[in-house]
Amino acid sequence: MSLLQLQGLNKQFGDTKIIRDVNLEIQAGEKHAIIGPNGAGKSTLFHLISGRYSVSSGSIMFKGLPIHNRSPFEITRLGLARSFQVTNIFPLLSVFENLRCALLWSMGYRYSFWQLLGKAKALNARTEELLEEIGLHARRNLPAGELAYAEQRALELGIAIASGAEMILLDEPVAGMSHTEAKNAVTLINKVTAGKTLIMVEHDMNIVFDMADRISVLVYGEIIASDVPSKIRGNPRVQEAYLGEVVQGSSDA
Amino acid sequence: MFKYAVWILFAIVILILPQLFSSLLAVSILNQMAIAIVFALSYNMLLGQGGMLSFGHAVYFGLGGFMAVHALLGIEEGDYSFSVTLIPLVGGLFGLLAALFIGSFSTRKAGTVFAMISLGVGELIAASSLILVSFFGGEAGVSGDRTYGPTFFGYDFAQDLQVYYLAAAWMFIATLAMYLFTQTPAGRMANAVRDNPERAEFIGYSARRVRLISFVMAGFFAGIAGGLFAVNYEILTEQNLNAVTSGNVLLMAYIGGLGFFIGPMVGAVVLTLVNSVLSHYTSLWMLYLGIMFVLTVMFLPNGLTGFLMMHRTPWHLGKIRLLIKPYILTAIPSAVFALSLVAMVEMAHSNEEEFVFLGATLNSHGLLSWGLLVAIALLAYVALRRTLPGLREAWVHANTIDAGDQR
Repeated sequence: MSLLQLQGLNKQFGDTKIIRDVNLEIQAGEKHAIIGPNGAGKSTLFHLISGRYSVSSGSIMFKGLPIHNRSPFEITRLGLARSFQVTNIFPLLSVFENLRCALLWSMGYRYSFWQLLGKAKALNARTEELLEEIGLHARRNLPAGELAYAEQRALELGIAIASGAEMILLDEPVAGMSHTEAKNAVTLINKVTAGKTLIMVEHDMNIVFDMADRISVLVYGEIIASDVPSKIRGNPRVQEAYLGEVVQGSSDA
Repeated sequence: MFKYAVWILFAIVILILPQLFSSLLAVSILNQMAIAIVFALSYNMLLGQGGMLSFGHAVYFGLGGFMAVHALLGIEEGDYSFSVTLIPLVGGLFGLLAALFIGSFSTRKAGTVFAMISLGVGELIAASSLILVSFFGGEAGVSGDRTYGPTFFGYDFAQDLQVYYLAAAWMFIATLAMYLFTQTPAGRMANAVRDNPERAEFIGYSARRVRLISFVMAGFFAGIAGGLFAVNYEILTEQNLNAVTSGNVLLMAYIGGLGFFIGPMVGAVVLTLVNSVLSHYTSLWMLYLGIMFVLTVMFLPNGLTGFLMMHRTPWHLGKIRLLIKPYILTAIPSAVFALSLVAMVEMAHSNEEEFVFLGATLNSHGLLSWGLLVAIALLAYVALRRTLPGLREAWVHANTIDAGDQR
């Protein structure tokens, strides 16, 4: 059985339909990319899966449990984590505290006000490991808001993976990065999401075709194709709807 | 080891203080300080640590206090008997219950919504306190007597000094508990929710639940402060839970510095001193307090503690002495400027023709006196304009690492 199942998913704001009858199945361990022109509804789809938005109709099943219209924290606790397109960290807390907070729930601390963080050996050790993994050890005591952009993106990723979630949604993880930074980011993503199920929205086609096992193409809120990268490349509907627009766009400019 | 040393030093200081300042007035001010410290720290659990701007925190202080007075009355009437030392706990538990009830709907959102609900609830409770006479005692309030309970190792708490040790002990315990709370998962998540409530939900926490926990804790400690107030003054009135008291605790936390744990303690000590000393000399002390608040917000956004902490870099560079002279040079004209303005304000406020200010006799209707004050103010202002650049320069210098100045 697939890990995530979207069935007949619809989302509308007022009369505007953003997501139309989306059906999608993601298998455990799959690296799945969602591509599509701007305004196709990719971020909205992520917001629906992660619980930020409520669905208008249809269902989302994660590990066989319905998660649509559940709150983000309930979905996160089930093992579905996400990162954000616009960096979304805790700016006044130190880098270390950002990661430690992200670990708290999964390590069973819940809302405890009777345990001291300083004495939580396993928690602190795991936080240090994460700092090493995302390469921010030298920045550990700096307020997260003072990090450079690429470092904030690394922290964003670190917060998303901290809980050890089985499925991770990455919303444009390399947007706004230089070529070198993007390359480093991809290496980092591959390293920290090894063995996990990944859904990513990304505009950089090189990265998408490089990383993804399967690609879904979203156009005007509908999935027009969902297949392995080689088949997507040759799909005439995709070329027409998606690549066609790119060509048109570049000739305008 | 350093952290233990700080707490031991703190305990020693609060034990020694009444020996150094032993007059009746001093002890009564110390009592007020102990109460204010607990109250201001509890307020900062909301604003500084949890990002919840409350205009109604006096509700929990007052409700805890009223309940504590009723407990004193119960002891007096022989309904039950327990030591007065436990009265603050009664206040705390009642504050906690009230915060649990009100927080269950007010902590749904932070920001403006929370601030407005806190204001509304504050007004509601203050207004109903004048109506619900059986619990709040109407305009006269409710008074009790702290000396009826069983003695505590021979102490009956008839004297203010004994009350000081009771209040100081509770203050120490409450301060330690509130500090430790900041070091727990719930306390740290309060900071995270303050910074970014949305992301907190995506790491598994309900922002609302995190806020509620902080809110209930803040209510508990505010109730303890109220209970201490009840023991100290033996009377509570509507004033203890109205908007003025809520505003006061906001001032203390803000002027002291929201970003530091000890900030509200500094604010509580300074404002209690200012209140009791200034109100002794002038009926306009509220005006000066307001001006002090505005100046703090404008020039010291991190409060008095933040101002002190700004000197960490010069201190570590061993350059703090470079600042002494420019500080004195700037302080003299600023003090003269401020005092001449105060003199004018006081003189305008004075009804009598003869007006004595700092030993100088002035004529409040005389042109000469007014002219003199204006001249002094102008001179001081000009002098200040000339000394400020020197201070700025010294500040930059003191914060720069020189090549030949490595330590």
